[in-house]
Amino acid sequence: MKSTVDADRLGVFKTYKLYVGGKFPRSESGRVYEVTDSKGKWLANAPLSSRKDARDAVVAARKAFGAWSGATAYNRGQVLYRVAEMLEGRRDQFVREVADAEGLSKSKAAAVVDAAIDRWVWYAGWTDKIAQVVGGANPVAGPFFNLSTPEPTGVVAVLAPQESSFLGLVSVIAPAIATGNTVVVVASEGAPLPALSLAEVLATSDVPGGVVNILSGRTAEIAAPLASHQDVNAIDLAGADEDLAKELETAAADNLKRVLRPQPVDFTAAPGTGRLTAFLETKTVWHPTGSLGASGSAY
Amino acid sequence: MPTNAPAALSDVTASDGALRRFLHGLPGVDAVGLEARAASLGTRSIKTSAKAYAIDLAISMIDLTTLEGADTPGKVRALAAKAVNPDPTDRTTPHTAAVCVYPDMVATAKAALNGADVKVASVATAFPAGRAALDVKLADTRDAVAAGADEIDMVIDRGAFLAGKYLKVYEEILAVKEASGSARLKVIFETGELSTYDNIRRASWLGMLAGADFIKTSTGKVAVNATPANTLLMLEAVRDFREQTGVQVGVKPAGGIRTSKDAIKFLVLVNETAGADWLDSHWFRFGASSLLNDLLMQRQKLATGRYSGPDYVTVD
Repeated sequence: MKSTVDADRLGVFKTYKLYVGGKFPRSESGRVYEVTDSKGKWLANAPLSSRKDARDAVVAARKAFGAWSGATAYNRGQVLYRVAEMLEGRRDQFVREVADAEGLSKSKAAAVVDAAIDRWVWYAGWTDKIAQVVGGANPVAGPFFNLSTPEPTGVVAVLAPQESSFLGLVSVIAPAIATGNTVVVVASEGAPLPALSLAEVLATSDVPGGVVNILSGRTAEIAAPLASHQDVNAIDLAGADEDLAKELETAAADNLKRVLRPQPVDFTAAPGTGRLTAFLETKTVWHPTGSLGASGSAY
Repeated sequence: MPTNAPAALSDVTASDGALRRFLHGLPGVDAVGLEARAASLGTRSIKTSAKAYAIDLAISMIDLTTLEGADTPGKVRALAAKAVNPDPTDRTTPHTAAVCVYPDMVATAKAALNGADVKVASVATAFPAGRAALDVKLADTRDAVAAGADEIDMVIDRGAFLAGKYLKVYEEILAVKEASGSARLKVIFETGELSTYDNIRRASWLGMLAGADFIKTSTGKVAVNATPANTLLMLEAVRDFREQTGVQVGVKPAGGIRTSKDAIKFLVLVNETAGADWLDSHWFRFGASSLLNDLLMQRQKLATGRYSGPDYVTVD
């Protein structure tokens, strides 16, 4: 009996939506586009974001920046670790989506998802250590304590890698938010579904709304207003081809955005701290040692 | 008894009973219809050159407001400077209609404006609660006028209104109108405290009968401030009032209007309800503070093609 019920049952399709400010809106434009697997078979419709979606996402990211950058590094680490915990629970779903999106076998897709989960844990550990590595006390010729500390750049627009739809995505989001930036992510144009599903994980992982905003659609269309946006402080061009990257870098120069140029990356290798430090600003304070120096103290 | 009511309606303010009969005889408001109408007018798409026009018009209609306990002379001077010259990087930006301050800051604002074509509006009559004796309210008003206020924003006694003492409210507005002298009088109903749309319609007529130059939704100090629906209702009231009496009264929604999109929706309401005669800073105002920054950012976007950000406008 059970089998006949199953055979008659109509499957429930998932409506993939954007992730902006902790909510799941459709594109403001109402547009969608067809997403296919690596063999051209239809998988789902994904929202085709417009420049207004990009603008809304920047507003959400800016709003979230104060609290997220002000949270303790330890707290951010806990939240990032929580993302890994939630992902672990939905591992099978992501293995399926990554296999469909990238045309991988089940076992290869599983390896990719495991690496992505581990990457969250890796960056979770970095949140309260990066300041010691790239900051510190500087020796100066005068009676001063001179201390440098890294601070997050601000709102970072991230063009996620086009080929590595999930591991690549995590590898560009996690380092940016680990240090306290908030991000507007443009998902892989051809394979946006793992990114849109990741949004559901982020929404249930204590990541405050607006810290990560995920848009799907044509990378060139969404990236242009982000690159010229006066309230975006940095842009990661990982998912842009050479021509687009050049164009975007020119637009980004207008308000002196920090730009991370596209470069060949093996996302399965240990990532290093390059992406962590790409979106940091160094703040240096001079603090007089006061009377200690004047009194001839050896201190 | 004294009356400011136009001849056509002079008998309705003859006694408390007559006033009550008139106000309760106004047609009831279809709440669902009103909200649906306001919502449908809010869906109009205003783009490109029409949007640029609407943004400049909205800027020129702003009563740039600071009504905080922490207002300092410095803050009022900064506000006045911004009212005269909202975007120093673009001198084609229109100035705002007025600055709106507490009575003790009127002199500071007046001096800071230094003869610029920006009015000084002052709240008065024990703003925002309006809970004081009439003498105190009148003294408050005279104070503001003496300091140079061009416009007086008074609050009605909501307690008396809700208790049905319409004549008391009417006479209070009359007295404040007299104390205001040549200053234009805006009457604030605090629609968020009036409970029903019927009450908002009655308050609108009551204010206009008493000689209000403007009717204003809210103080900005309560949970519900200007909404498209209550503003639409008041716009209908001023339209009908002019039809009956020939006297034109202005409308000022205040509080809670923060984005250009919202402001443009209100302008659509004005045009479609009261008509183009009201699309002028003499007849329609926005009581707002943060709205101006959003309008300026949108203006910069239209001029440059790039989205602007809060780093490019002043904090206050």
